[in-house]
Amino acid sequence: MEVDVLKKIPVREQEPKVRAANFEEVCLGYNKEEAMAEATRCIKCKNPQCVKGCPVNIDIPGFIKEVEEGNFDEAYHVINKYSALPAVCGRVCPQESQCEAKCIRGIKGDAVSIGKLERFVADTARKNGIKPVPAKKQNGKKVAIIGSGPAGLTCAGDLAKLGYDITIFEALHKAGGVLSYGIPEFRLPKSDVVDAEIENVKSLGVKIETNTVIGKAVTIDELLNEEGFDAVFIGSGAGLPRFMGIPGENANGVFSANEYLTRSNLMKAFDDVYDTPIIAGKKVVVVGGGNVAMDAARTALRLGADVHIVYRRSEAELPARVEEVHHAKEEGIVFNLLTNPVEIYEDKEGNVTGIKCIRMELGEPDSSGRRSPVEIPGSEFDIEADTVIMSLGTSPNPLISSTTEGLEINRRKCIVAEESDGSTSKAAVYAGGDAVTGAATVILAMGAGKAAAKGIDQFLSK
Amino acid sequence: MFKILKKEYLANNIWLMDIEAPRVAKSCKPGQFVIVKMDEEGERIPLTICDYDSKKGIVTIVFQIVGASTQEMAEYKEGESFMDFVGPLGCASELIEMSVEELKKESILFVCGGVGTAPVYPQAKWMKEHGIDVDVIIGARTKDIIILEDEMRKVAANLYIATDDGSYGFKGNGCDQINELVKNQGKKYTRVVAIGPMIMMKFVSLLTKELNIPTIVSMNPIMVDGTGMCGACRLQVGDDIKFACVDGPEFDGHLVDFDQAMRRQRMYKTEEGRAMLRLKEGSTHHGGCGNCNE
Repeated sequence: MEVDVLKKIPVREQEPKVRAANFEEVCLGYNKEEAMAEATRCIKCKNPQCVKGCPVNIDIPGFIKEVEEGNFDEAYHVINKYSALPAVCGRVCPQESQCEAKCIRGIKGDAVSIGKLERFVADTARKNGIKPVPAKKQNGKKVAIIGSGPAGLTCAGDLAKLGYDITIFEALHKAGGVLSYGIPEFRLPKSDVVDAEIENVKSLGVKIETNTVIGKAVTIDELLNEEGFDAVFIGSGAGLPRFMGIPGENANGVFSANEYLTRSNLMKAFDDVYDTPIIAGKKVVVVGGGNVAMDAARTALRLGADVHIVYRRSEAELPARVEEVHHAKEEGIVFNLLTNPVEIYEDKEGNVTGIKCIRMELGEPDSSGRRSPVEIPGSEFDIEADTVIMSLGTSPNPLISSTTEGLEINRRKCIVAEESDGSTSKAAVYAGGDAVTGAATVILAMGAGKAAAKGIDQFLSK
Repeated sequence: MFKILKKEYLANNIWLMDIEAPRVAKSCKPGQFVIVKMDEEGERIPLTICDYDSKKGIVTIVFQIVGASTQEMAEYKEGESFMDFVGPLGCASELIEMSVEELKKESILFVCGGVGTAPVYPQAKWMKEHGIDVDVIIGARTKDIIILEDEMRKVAANLYIATDDGSYGFKGNGCDQINELVKNQGKKYTRVVAIGPMIMMKFVSLLTKELNIPTIVSMNPIMVDGTGMCGACRLQVGDDIKFACVDGPEFDGHLVDFDQAMRRQRMYKTEEGRAMLRLKEGSTHHGGCGNCNE
């Protein structure tokens, strides 16, 4: 295969028109030839900047070298030393602002497609039945992990490899957290990718107890004092969806992105075999500009709707990944930028009929440096809609903080934890991921799970 | 898997089941609820807890057939299992969070409508166990559809039965019975707890507002996860938006926007579905409280 060192090997994708009508994965990934060709573009820096850009510090040149030489199983074991979820990360990490942003190749030309290579390695290992290597010896110490999302799975995987006896408690009926309920099938296939990676973590000896709400069925203190756990990691995720507080927001047809995505992803409402209903909508407005907003919009599109995204800042400020915005546009989603909803209209039965918006302009930069949007007086206009999906982020769930004595929370009600080792104000209790930071990314949660695993190991090895 | 240890038909398409669920049984309190998912393809169905035995690890649920999923649930047999059973969810009843001394100073009236009798039972039972006398009204359209009468009689100081058609007890609905007790018999209540169909809770709340009696209702809106994640169960309570699953299910009945809650509850009901229910169940599918025009 011919390689232009300045250009990355393009990745094959489903055609926009075709994929807009199905839930199959958009990106098809590299094949063996493409991956090996792309791997030759990595110059294997002595002082690799990409590794510094990775929240879990994967030995990136190390695994790429194995790919270049065709040692795909070896490449998997290199990644697995650092990450329990490579097939997930290869798909949903914002590489363009992390590892790939630091790649030397990127100074002149395209950065190496590290994410696509990681995905190739993980997918190949799965097809070849390669599993992570469990600990040789158990150390007899028990750790409870609250939540089976990216933070919890990572923390569990790392501790299990060190010989700890790990039980994950999951509130929902299915493991995976946001990987199962939040990110759609067309971006992250459930049975092929998510379930398989969870099985890999279980193959390390990790037990997962679903349907167990910590803070309700059992408290953190009970886990430590009555159930014999030596330490607890809280990775319970983001929490309660936010709404705007505008008139009409409780009308029938207004959903949080969490609800819409949970119905579609976790409950598989898009599939007739499953009992949970979803109101597909013919004209859908999604409010917000993050990755979750893109996921909700593209789900609604696949369920047959015309979809608008309404976002109060401009395209440059969209918090979603560039790739997601690009995919959404290709599929035909309309972006109403510098636009903010002010009211949702409803008919006599309480059903949504439209949304009143106002145009915005960017004012002076605020304390965070972002230019804050300001309403343009008299610029109100209406968008017809039967469904409105609010994707405005979340606020922390009080279930655990309110039932755990001595666990400090900050003024945003997030759990306070040290970034370096996940320790909290309570002895033997560690935390990380969205429960600590507020809504962020899968990989940052994994980084926090990893740091906490190290912290817990140090604490229990004393 | 969560095994069905006992199944019993109560009345009016209402079934009772004892479920083996030790973790839930150990920690649940009156006022809380569970979510049941029967199988891989099933919905997550929120159900109130009717009774529990912490030592034996058993939780008793009561449900009424109102649609395809509850119909399917009623077809499960003793010895079979539900795939998922999660709880306890929501907050415990406000009353049991009060001290027994405080409660003894109160005079409490429970008003049950239809299947809402089930979640009242553990609260009334808890009161009895703590030496607090409470009065209970069970309202129903007709005699045959009353549930848990014997159980309730054992735990209530006074049990009043009200039937719309007068086939048993007082002739009239729950509100008429409250009026009879308060206005005609001069009973004084410091607190009312009303649980039943939303329309019944709405009218009880309107009446008790007029009578100036603080009133707690237990809301059962549409839910998905039941842990605060989705916001499907949001309600307007006074000036605030509340999530029934984490802030409730109990709220101040004088502050809840019932009309909005009832509209939201109908979100997934199609015209066709409503027609099917009318055909199959007459007026009983919305509780038979007598206040409905449908």
